[in-house]
Amino acid sequence: MIARAEDFRERLTWARLTSPRAIGVLGIVLGALAFWLALPPVTVRSPVLPLLVGILALAAGIWSVTRGERRVGWAAVAIGIVGMAGGVLATRSGEADLDSVVVWSALAAATLRYATPLTFAALGGLFSERSGVVNIGLEGMMLMGAFFGVWAAARFDSWALGLLAAMIAGGLLALLHAFFSIHLRADQIVSGTAVNFLALGITGYVFIDLYGDEGTPTGIPRIPEVRIPGIEDITFIGPVFGQLNLMIWLSFVLLIATYVVMFKTPIGLRIRAVGEHPRAAETVGISVYATRYAAVTLSGVLAALGGAYLSVGFVGSFNENMTSGRGFIALAALIFGNWRPFGLFGAALLFGFSSALAQRLPTAYGESAGTLFEALPYVLTLIAVAGVIGRSIPPAAVGRPYKKQ
Amino acid sequence: MEEGAIPSVAARLALYQRAGGVITPLLTVLFAFFVGGLVVLVTTGKNPLHTYQAIFNGTGLNWFFPWVTCSDPCTPATNLQYTLLLATPLMLTGLAVAFAFRCGLFNIGGQGQYLVGAVAAVMIGSSFADLSRWSHVALAVVVAAFAGAAWAGIAGFLKATVGAHEVITTIMLNWIAIWIATYLFEIGGPLQDPKQTGVPISETVAESAKLPVFWGDPLFQGLHVGLFIALGALVSYWIVLNRTTVGYEVRAVGFNPEAARYGGISVARSYVLAMAISGLFAGLAGAVDVLGWEYRLGVLDIQISQVGFIGIAVALLGRNTAVGVFFSAILFGALLNGTSTRNLDPEVFRPELASSLTLIIQGLVVLLVGADVLVIYLWQARRKLGLGRKRASVTT
Repeated sequence: MIARAEDFRERLTWARLTSPRAIGVLGIVLGALAFWLALPPVTVRSPVLPLLVGILALAAGIWSVTRGERRVGWAAVAIGIVGMAGGVLATRSGEADLDSVVVWSALAAATLRYATPLTFAALGGLFSERSGVVNIGLEGMMLMGAFFGVWAAARFDSWALGLLAAMIAGGLLALLHAFFSIHLRADQIVSGTAVNFLALGITGYVFIDLYGDEGTPTGIPRIPEVRIPGIEDITFIGPVFGQLNLMIWLSFVLLIATYVVMFKTPIGLRIRAVGEHPRAAETVGISVYATRYAAVTLSGVLAALGGAYLSVGFVGSFNENMTSGRGFIALAALIFGNWRPFGLFGAALLFGFSSALAQRLPTAYGESAGTLFEALPYVLTLIAVAGVIGRSIPPAAVGRPYKKQ
Repeated sequence: MEEGAIPSVAARLALYQRAGGVITPLLTVLFAFFVGGLVVLVTTGKNPLHTYQAIFNGTGLNWFFPWVTCSDPCTPATNLQYTLLLATPLMLTGLAVAFAFRCGLFNIGGQGQYLVGAVAAVMIGSSFADLSRWSHVALAVVVAAFAGAAWAGIAGFLKATVGAHEVITTIMLNWIAIWIATYLFEIGGPLQDPKQTGVPISETVAESAKLPVFWGDPLFQGLHVGLFIALGALVSYWIVLNRTTVGYEVRAVGFNPEAARYGGISVARSYVLAMAISGLFAGLAGAVDVLGWEYRLGVLDIQISQVGFIGIAVALLGRNTAVGVFFSAILFGALLNGTSTRNLDPEVFRPELASSLTLIIQGLVVLLVGADVLVIYLWQARRKLGLGRKRASVTT
């Protein structure tokens, strides 16, 4: 106990608080603050304050970059610039417009809704890629989950069976990907591309064959929302967390479970060993093939859950190609999050926020205002892999077929 | 089977490899169609052969066999024009994937490069209306090609400088291109047609920038000279790869980057060049589509277009050779046309189903072509089976 307390005290020393990393984080906070000040409920109307705070953020960022904290420092610089620009733009636009777009609790709830399918699929991608198999097919696996979830929910009149069917469908497609990329040692990217085509074809075919022009039946049992009694009246927290879909809570649970399994258990160690150095893993008695099969199949199951959340949880119906690129955003989140559970969750929240903003902006600023926000996840990921803000480094053996000896 | 002199071992091996190079894709396609036929049989109970025959008749390929269906030679001709119209951009996006492949790079970004080329072509084509016909066409085509090259060049540059994996960067660039193009032409977007403000569509390409139609109805999707651009691209692809220093270097890097570097080849330069040339082909595909028959870009087209993605299947099936890309582009163009709503009789097979069937066949083709090991497995299994059959036939 005493040692712990001393450790804690040491963590809080002045030196730690003025370390380049801490100053960089401060810069990030200041950059966000520059934007936030100009938005409701504070709504500063003079551009001077956002500019001042933004410049402070820039200074903190540059100082931290010169002291060797490149990743955090550059992030502070970038967020400082965006914060200043956003802040000044916000002071230029009408107060009523701002009030209609920026409703923090609604934005936060929408962010969670948009982030959840991404979180599921990206967690799936994490298992697959950490075990050394690139999974471009996340999009197709989500689509399978979205369709077969609705199909089974309508057929058996139960959302739980819908989820089960979604998981099986996604798992089977992932198994196909696993068989071709592990056993047959096909190029994993070719196989993933094929899986996407197949999913688009299979779901489109069965959808038209079963439901034709009328679309999926209305009134299918939806995944319920979890109502937490007693917190509705708390500001912000009430409207955001008071009534969330079960799947959103499940994604939180899976996120933590994934972190624990991946980094605190022997299973996770095995998966990571297979992804980093399969030969060494095999030498110590880990079956590379079995581990990869399990990880890839699990990735399909998780991605399908994300797809099922879209169809059974959120919309209540299916239409052709309804995932429309979300699997690729999930892949982007995985890369942007540096192949780490909480990293990818942060990325999913960021991308979800940009989607939520894109959806709300047109209410005040015209039809096309939000569209460019849709490209933001991809631009950020491109910058991340380019290494400007600290490089994203994939598992060492990812993409390489392994030949048993 | 062989007459005359017994071929040497090397010659037999070469023949075997060449035949294998053709036979594997053919087997793949046959198998994919077989599975597709099973799907038709199981789900609709209809004879898959009839379905395939209806699809085949819709492709216009029966124009080449006039003695089979000579009742109305006009319909096959129109259909064939449309098949070739669809195959033209596929040849170019196929080359875009194939060229990068030869350098050991996987260019998934054909779709984005195609779109950037199409946007550039529509921008140039709908302005500068006072230019003469050929200079306007040439300007639009060249700008589109270079736009595609620049877009793909980003991925090549990132690969060469910081080692960012081209698959990831090209996927990101695809979606960035899709959303930027959507932004440009949607309602309220900066390049949306001011003459019809309620429609999310670009301005129409000026008459002087349209590619002339040389076969069929110039007003209704006749075949335009873009086909010759694609054929020219196929020939240049072969020449550049096999008869120039750049092509030699690209192939050397594709075989083994380390060895190429040791041999004095700049690997970074080859990566950038290979991606840029790939993007050039995809940009051309965008140009021939816009200037040849679409004449404008709509947001819906941008969102659902698959031309660049099918290019991956075309290149894989064509084994990254010019001839292979040509034939597989025709195959996929024919499939797209044969399963389209305007050609397939709903009595025979529902066209909405048929387009999904095409996707399944496409997926199977890509899946199987990518698995060389499977072919070896099957080859060995065939030997065993073949032996078994021979014995059986001896006993009967």
